[in-house]
Amino acid sequence: MGALEEVKAELARVLPPDAVVTDPAELATYSCDGLAGYRTTPGLVVLPTSTEGVASAVRACSARGVPFVARGSGTGLSGGALPHAEGVLIVLSRMRRILEVDPVNQRMVVEPGVTNLAMSKAVAAHHLYYAPDPSSQVVCSVGGNVAENSGGAHCLKYGFTTHHVLGLEVVLPDGSVVELGGRTLDPPGYDLRGVFVGSEGTLGIATRVTVRLLRLPEAVATLVADFPDPSTAGEAVSGIIASGIVPAAVEMLDNLAIQACEAATGAGYSLDAGAALVVELDGPREECLGRFGEVEAICRGAGATRVRVAGSEDERALIWKGRKAAFAAMGRLSPGYFVQDGVIPRTALGPVLARIAHLASEAGLRVANVFHAGDGNLHPLVLYDPDRPGEPERAEELATRIVELCVDAGGSITGEHGVGVDKACSMPKMFSEDDLAVMARVRAAFDPAGICNPGKVFPTPRLCGEVIGPYRPHPLELAGVAERW
Amino acid sequence: MTGMSERGPVPEAPVAHSPAGTGHGAFDGHHPPSRRRVEECVHCGFCLPACPTYGLWGEEMDSPRGRILLMKEALEGHIALDDVFVRHMDACLGCMACMSACPSGVRYDELIEATRAQIERLHRRGPLERAYREALFAVFPHPGRVRVAAVAAWAYQRSGLAGALHARRWPDRLPGRMGRWREALRALDGLMPPVSLGAVARPLPRQVGPHGAPRRRVGLVAGCIQRGFFAQVNWATVRVLVAEGCEVVVPRPQGCCGALMVHAGREASALRSARALVDAFEGWELDDVVVNAAGCGSTLKDYGRLLADDPGYAGRASGLAGKARDVTEVLAGLEPRARRHPVRARVAYHDACHLSHAQGVRSQPRQVLASVPGLEVVELGDDQCCGSAGIYNLVQPEAGEELGRHKADLVRAAGVEAVVTANPGCNLQLRRFLGPGVPVFHPVEVLDASLRGRPSLAGAQGV
Repeated sequence: MGALEEVKAELARVLPPDAVVTDPAELATYSCDGLAGYRTTPGLVVLPTSTEGVASAVRACSARGVPFVARGSGTGLSGGALPHAEGVLIVLSRMRRILEVDPVNQRMVVEPGVTNLAMSKAVAAHHLYYAPDPSSQVVCSVGGNVAENSGGAHCLKYGFTTHHVLGLEVVLPDGSVVELGGRTLDPPGYDLRGVFVGSEGTLGIATRVTVRLLRLPEAVATLVADFPDPSTAGEAVSGIIASGIVPAAVEMLDNLAIQACEAATGAGYSLDAGAALVVELDGPREECLGRFGEVEAICRGAGATRVRVAGSEDERALIWKGRKAAFAAMGRLSPGYFVQDGVIPRTALGPVLARIAHLASEAGLRVANVFHAGDGNLHPLVLYDPDRPGEPERAEELATRIVELCVDAGGSITGEHGVGVDKACSMPKMFSEDDLAVMARVRAAFDPAGICNPGKVFPTPRLCGEVIGPYRPHPLELAGVAERW
Repeated sequence: MTGMSERGPVPEAPVAHSPAGTGHGAFDGHHPPSRRRVEECVHCGFCLPACPTYGLWGEEMDSPRGRILLMKEALEGHIALDDVFVRHMDACLGCMACMSACPSGVRYDELIEATRAQIERLHRRGPLERAYREALFAVFPHPGRVRVAAVAAWAYQRSGLAGALHARRWPDRLPGRMGRWREALRALDGLMPPVSLGAVARPLPRQVGPHGAPRRRVGLVAGCIQRGFFAQVNWATVRVLVAEGCEVVVPRPQGCCGALMVHAGREASALRSARALVDAFEGWELDDVVVNAAGCGSTLKDYGRLLADDPGYAGRASGLAGKARDVTEVLAGLEPRARRHPVRARVAYHDACHLSHAQGVRSQPRQVLASVPGLEVVELGDDQCCGSAGIYNLVQPEAGEELGRHKADLVRAAGVEAVVTANPGCNLQLRRFLGPGVPVFHPVEVLDASLRGRPSLAGAQGV
């Protein structure tokens, strides 16, 4: 019996029957996450409902050196939850209980499958919310947010997941259960919680998350400003930041992105605008509304052709619905897309966008751009048709070139989606061999056997097509224990 | 060769196909799920929180994007239309909440309908399951037989037989091997509404003039379940339309509109019903074709696509589809004319999926209710399917029951005296799980009570 078969047999014994998926068709539905360009059918899927269930699955894998991958809602955009063909996919979507709400101390404890928005909804009656707001917040799970250190439109002012997670219960790659962090903002000792958040599922599986909650702001004001092109809009963003205003969010959409959002939601974006800025201020009423006039003036001064101020809570919600649907709405423009997640200095926006347009026309592909403009986090969406021979490969190559362009401009290969499989090959572009070696040692401290989400974050020869060196026999082959075929 | 280019009669048996040659994989060539539509899904997952079965079980294969992926795998010939495939397609309620949630505008309705029609042709269910489905479809889409069933239900309820059998918990006493059917029979028994024999017996008028100056000439689709079990809703519909200045025509003979069959993939009989209804409404020169059952309305509005293959009907079918309106759409479009008397009640409005998700009709029924003075309408804060979904609660009783209980809990928590909903299936389901304490009405029944000056909803369900 192969190692995976043994794991299957063991888990069929310890987990309930409906928690173990082995049918090939059913397994295929787990073959990709939100980045559908990469697909691998997992060897086995399990759906545990408790920490103990997760730990059993991990122990079964660990005992036999079988790789495993954790998955929440499967909405990630870097292939972080791409399964392993010979491994186990541990799906946390059934662990979705809210375990504790402590409104006075502004924190809550949840299982990893709880969705980002469900946390905010559960505490809305206490005038509290969970601040990081990825665009997929209606569906993405907090466990996935922890793994990817997810951001969102409002992270410009409020910070990323790591700034809002106080403590974690984690199943380590050997199956043991530990607590990282605690219930306070800065527990003593090494910040292992900080190491874990954003580790992309390579250090273990979070099974319980304690998060901070913030008070809902007293006032919120939102406008959409149209500009003739993204560069002009970029000047308005620089103007707003230079004036000392800290907006809750500054988002930019280029024309192609506007077309998709508008088709999906009818949120009232101008279809003829070269770019649209969504600017939101929040906070105490006096301050928020006072400074809002300044923002409007800066936009007009920079060349806005139209400024629309949300007149009601419904209109505000619709503007955000449009913006947050941007990636998902790309199906209206194209059957396939790669989304990138580069970070650039805000000042480099004009030249970078011009260069992206040039690369796109060279590749004969369309690229839509959505941009967390306030913090320089750019999301180019490379559109392609999976059925046209060669096009997916060209699109992937273009996406990679765009990311590397961001690094050349003084930025980074990922702002919030994670490295996953998608950007693993670009890591050497950004980090030296020493950097990568240090990271690998951190990973090995948690997962010496390398079975926890292997093939992610770090470049591998198989993944990145590097030339494999001359054949050298493995010590086991020399010892006559194993043979290569 | 694509599915769209192949026009012809619905095959009663599998269309000959060789998986390698046709390009449709496990499907045959008669309208397989469209590859183009399948590829519009970008796998973003925004549908997951909207899907009731994903909510129940938390697994991909029972989510919209998971089902679409299964269709894709079958189209590519990687998997067969086997029991596993069929189980996940059967488990879909067809509530279309995923379509409201989908940013990419994926036509899940077309995909699941096409897939189900293929399953009905290409897959052979077990003998008990087959017999049960045949029995359901031998009754429900036939208004006359539903009426007989309604009278039988009336007799069953009045004779003391129901009470006696309930006391002995009859479904529980079935032999063990009938386990799967125990739930189905329990559901069937639980769903039987209290039948008013008077309403069932009295035929609707064929044509009735407007009150005051005529504003519109409308034809009423009387439905099967509506006519059999909720005749009073049809009567209320006629009364409020007349009171608001509509001339109402009820063309005869009228059979089933085909909705239940469309949703279950019984394509041939669905199309037969649709053609007959197109014929029934021929020549009346109507402004609107009024429907008061959400499930029928969404199918009627889709007649153009359903009958596109039939040159003799395609044009007339899309003409009828273009005139189809839910009764609340028609009422909301008319400035209230008849005097509304106060109805002092606190009610919850439950969105029927085939009205809200399939037809996008959300504000109109609320607008109709808002025109009634004294009526307080409470939102349930969750528009998830109640688990009725056509015959879903009869063929998937466990899931139907779980969703029904969830919805009933929401209604009870809202502290209302009654629930208002615009679909007979939802009505039956809600009654079952709410019990007699919280009655269920159609919006026109509430408006009717107001127009007739009934101060409370207690007597709303009169004829």
